[in-house]
Amino acid sequence: MTEQSEKSHIDLNQLKAGGFIKERGKDLFSVRLRVPGGRMAVSRLKKIVEVAEKYGGEFVHLSVRQSIELVHVDFKHINDVAEELGIVRQKVASCGARVRVPVACGGCEYNPNGLMDTQKSALEVDAKLFGIETGHHKFKVAFAGCPIDCPKSATNDVGFQGAVLPALERDVCIGCGLCAKSCSAGAIRMGKDDKPIFAPEKCIYCGDCIKVCPSEAWQTEKRGYTVRIGGKWGRNPLVGTLFATFLPEEKVVDFISAVLAWYQENSEGLGRIRLGDVMIRRGTDSLLRDLRRGFPEYVVDTTSPPQVINTQIGKRP
Amino acid sequence: MHTVDLRGVCCPANFVRAKLALEEFETGEGIRFLLDDGEAVKNVPRSLKAEGHQLLSLKEAPEGYFILDLKKGED
Repeated sequence: MTEQSEKSHIDLNQLKAGGFIKERGKDLFSVRLRVPGGRMAVSRLKKIVEVAEKYGGEFVHLSVRQSIELVHVDFKHINDVAEELGIVRQKVASCGARVRVPVACGGCEYNPNGLMDTQKSALEVDAKLFGIETGHHKFKVAFAGCPIDCPKSATNDVGFQGAVLPALERDVCIGCGLCAKSCSAGAIRMGKDDKPIFAPEKCIYCGDCIKVCPSEAWQTEKRGYTVRIGGKWGRNPLVGTLFATFLPEEKVVDFISAVLAWYQENSEGLGRIRLGDVMIRRGTDSLLRDLRRGFPEYVVDTTSPPQVINTQIGKRP
Repeated sequence: MHTVDLRGVCCPANFVRAKLALEEFETGEGIRFLLDDGEAVKNVPRSLKAEGHQLLSLKEAPEGYFILDLKKGED
């Protein structure tokens, strides 16, 4: 440290998207790093460790949305931290009323359950939509690779869940019954002719039948994301409801942008309010209509407002 | 056909046991596995398929467990 820099010199541009969070102690901040989808190159992690040792506390905190947070960073070192992390292109994340860093599971590259490349989607959304100010409240997006949904996608403002629609090639089927045994949704049962009978209305699109089928009789007819909108957790939790099925990955950014546009337009005058609460006040028809205009093949016919979770404590405003 | 009894063995130990058992056989040989209902019969066949073995049939025994026959794949 030179004598000159004893005086606080803070580049306010660094603070624009947030990510520097005031701690209890005087002059101390947590620095939230941007880790879209929770994937961190080992080489970059090494640099983060270096910076944490130099400017941070005894530990880092892994945030519940997959960020690494450096703790106890002195106010006057905020620039140095941002600059030194910039060497490995490690960016600082956001806080406040903005589009947050997307969360994602490991995805389909190595997890056998994964149906969609959630890592790719998270990176794309992070690159194109991160930090956009909503004017009202935070805006969270999550990607789950399959209906097991480890990231709890429907508790986000927009939640994506990987999905496949199976179709049976009857001639190839050997009648082993593994699909019926594997189907947790009870959508497949074996008929009298020892061939499976599929009830599509029960299917949750997990693809277990396709994965277990020894003769490749079950094939993928459609693949994409199941999309739920309006979820959040916090004091008054909501679970998002269904707006689209089998949305292709290349439509994800445009879809979220359309939801954001509706949110911004319909929260006028409502102050600091989350998307789900706007949907409850305004109804879901106009959102459904707006989305159907842009994505007619994927948007569902009807839906319901976000589902209110009864926390059994207090009284919902 | 040689039988490997995996009943009473939990995931993922049952799959690991199946893998170890398969090491004793040649490609193309038939092996029979006995699997519990539930997690085991849902997961083990799928994992064995993903490892390149050919699943031949699955039958439920009257006692409620499952009999999986497969042909060993390439090493």
